[in-house]
Amino acid sequence: MPTKNNFLDSRQTKEKRSPVSITPSMVEKGTSLLKKMEISVAEAEKRTGKNAVNMQETYTVYLIETRPVDAASEGTNPVLDSLWKRYSEFELLRNYLLVTYPFAVVPPLPEKRAEFVWHKLSADNMDPDFVERRRVGLENFLLRVASHPVLSSDKIFYLFLTEENGWKETVFETGFQAKADSRLKALNATFRVKNPDKRFAEMKHYGDELQSVISQLLRVRARAADRLYGVYKVHGNYGRVFSEWSAIEKEMGDGLQSAGHHMDAYAASVDDILEEEEHYADQLKEYLFYADALRTVCRKHELTQYELEMAVQDLTSKKQQREELATGTIRTFSLKGMTSKLFGQETPEQREAKLKMLETQIEEGEEQVKERNAECDEFVKSAWVDIERFKEQKDHDLRESLISYAIMQISMCKKGIQVWNNAKECFNKM
Amino acid sequence: MFTALLTFKKNVDTTLTDGSSFNASMQTSPASMINQYKFEEDADTKDIFVTVDNPESHVTAIETYITYRVMTKTTRSEFDSSEFEVRRRYQDFLWLKGRLEEAHPTLIAHPLPEKFVVKGMVERFNEDFIETRRRALHRFLNKIAEHPIFSSSEDFKIFLTAASGELTSHKKQGPGFLSRMGDTVKAVAAAVRGVRNRPQEFTEMQEYVEAFSQKISSLDKVTQRIVREQKEYLEELKECGPTYALWSQSEEELAEPLKNVAGCVDRCCKETEEQVKNLSDHLIPVLHEYVLCADTLKAVLRRRDNIQADFEAKTEALATKKADRDTMRNDLDKAEDRLEWANNALKSDWTRWQKVMRTDLRSAFVDTAERNVSYYEKCLAVWESFLHSQRTDAEGNGKVDFS
Repeated sequence: MPTKNNFLDSRQTKEKRSPVSITPSMVEKGTSLLKKMEISVAEAEKRTGKNAVNMQETYTVYLIETRPVDAASEGTNPVLDSLWKRYSEFELLRNYLLVTYPFAVVPPLPEKRAEFVWHKLSADNMDPDFVERRRVGLENFLLRVASHPVLSSDKIFYLFLTEENGWKETVFETGFQAKADSRLKALNATFRVKNPDKRFAEMKHYGDELQSVISQLLRVRARAADRLYGVYKVHGNYGRVFSEWSAIEKEMGDGLQSAGHHMDAYAASVDDILEEEEHYADQLKEYLFYADALRTVCRKHELTQYELEMAVQDLTSKKQQREELATGTIRTFSLKGMTSKLFGQETPEQREAKLKMLETQIEEGEEQVKERNAECDEFVKSAWVDIERFKEQKDHDLRESLISYAIMQISMCKKGIQVWNNAKECFNKM
Repeated sequence: MFTALLTFKKNVDTTLTDGSSFNASMQTSPASMINQYKFEEDADTKDIFVTVDNPESHVTAIETYITYRVMTKTTRSEFDSSEFEVRRRYQDFLWLKGRLEEAHPTLIAHPLPEKFVVKGMVERFNEDFIETRRRALHRFLNKIAEHPIFSSSEDFKIFLTAASGELTSHKKQGPGFLSRMGDTVKAVAAAVRGVRNRPQEFTEMQEYVEAFSQKISSLDKVTQRIVREQKEYLEELKECGPTYALWSQSEEELAEPLKNVAGCVDRCCKETEEQVKNLSDHLIPVLHEYVLCADTLKAVLRRRDNIQADFEAKTEALATKKADRDTMRNDLDKAEDRLEWANNALKSDWTRWQKVMRTDLRSAFVDTAERNVSYYEKCLAVWESFLHSQRTDAEGNGKVDFS
């Protein structure tokens, strides 16, 4: 399956894996950014340096390369922009996007720490295999953002790809962190929304289910991979024993010896098989994390809806207060009403002043309700557009993943057939 | 090593064989006995077919035990009819093997399935155990039937044809207790003494048997380990299908492919289950039998050594003692006969056994390889049908271009 980053395939250095999920169809629909440039996370390197508390630390940096599209197709040596970024900078970028575009289902980053590992996979962040898979995940993240209709035109994102130094300061200067607090509020607070949009409630529920079922699938798959590894590796013992046995036999020797080689090959083949499966697992993981992003959007809707409802409630109560003051009747119980009854009525002047204040507040309140209503509507509209976009992307990608899983299984079966047919021929010569 | 001047003594020493174990037509010289062994076994001339099946449980006041039906079809003239059906229990098989080994201490008999280590009454009547034992008993009798010497044994014939009562009374005959005790004492004495001049070829045989025993035990263990690992893999795999199915319940567009994948995984599970059963039912029993064979070979070599040790002891005795020289010379002659007999028997049977071993193990491994190929072919078909369904779906919807 061709990827957009063709120059990646022609790289001689190491065997690079390109994200499978980004397909040609996405390029055709293409954002203006992707039409201009090719993006890749080409390499990873270990660095050591002093951290915030002046202690030596080792960390990994990733090389982001961008190349103008036209140059590549012409075959000339293209001008490359390349810069090194660490994982924490990717995190910063994502947080910025989350806050700035609350209605968007923001693409997730690859996991910070290895989870769902089976015994052969290292949980060590410095392990080269983990680093390599993370490199692929980061590239995938950038491509996802670059192909998002809204996020791709973000200036900060563009600078992330093109500016090495000073990018962090630029991000902080946007002041997004102030808004970040409200986002945090959305995630952590529990509040009662009276009229949530049903679609969002369903989406949140779906997000929960998706997260739960993919987690389960990843766990089960990892355990099965562990076991399968064992099955294949034990066959290596056949290789050893056949070889030793062939030494004491005359006629059977050759057949046994060569059969043993095939058993060794069989045992060794599981490494490639399971490496392929890891990439499948990574594709599932992306959507595990996407489920979280989806839920974040739904929660944000709840928050805007809640704030609208609060504003409406506030306005209603103020209007009621005005009515009470104007007609002199206390329709609803209020502490003020009671105290005024107990401590005497106000003077007409006082009442006038209060009424005036209330009028101003009501005017402000009505403005606020209007604003929040608009906000809510705006949010619902743009969020739902992005959710629909996300749904389509998810259905397409996961279907592709299932197909690639089937292809992997087929490849594994074909290898098995070949090995055992070869072994059978050797056994026949025994 | 042994001169051809030795002639066969008419009155065969009863410690060598039990007269009733011999078919009359087989009483010839050692030389012609050897020739007999060299006959190529032609499958087309197989004239006796034995099956062991139909296990049944019997309850008496004292015990509960299993009997198996033993059916024989034969064209051999020494049998009174061409078809026989009897019921035998494990004890009877043990008796038969014992008799054959007694009669021919240096011939190689196929092993019997092991006695059950009693953990509890219930396990002895476990279906799998009984079936595994039945198959092994079947193989045992067939190997005896295919053996040029054993198959002509009178005891074998009685085993196949006699009614239970007849068999019981026949069992009670045979060398008396005292004479058997005498044999044992002699054997122990010989073993203690040790053999002095073992011929090179038997030493080589022993070295081979040691090595073979190790290798075949390793193979047995490796195969059992594979079965264990496969079973554990199966346990985990069994949870994958239902997880995909669960997921499909939350999805719309993806529901169909997910359900499809769930079905594929479940089908692969079934194939894996069958694969495990195949290994357990076919490869492991054969390997296990050859582990027991290795023990049999060691025992045969030991018995041969003992016979030689006995001969050497008697030679020495004759050289040193003065009295009873006539009796001692007589004993020595018999011992020499026995040794020549034993060596030739072993040499011939060794060649035969190696051929049989090669055939058995080759076909067991070829069979295993074929089953593995078949397993992968079935799984391949499962996943290809999934791909096919997705292609026709996709191309129909115009969603994905597979070109």
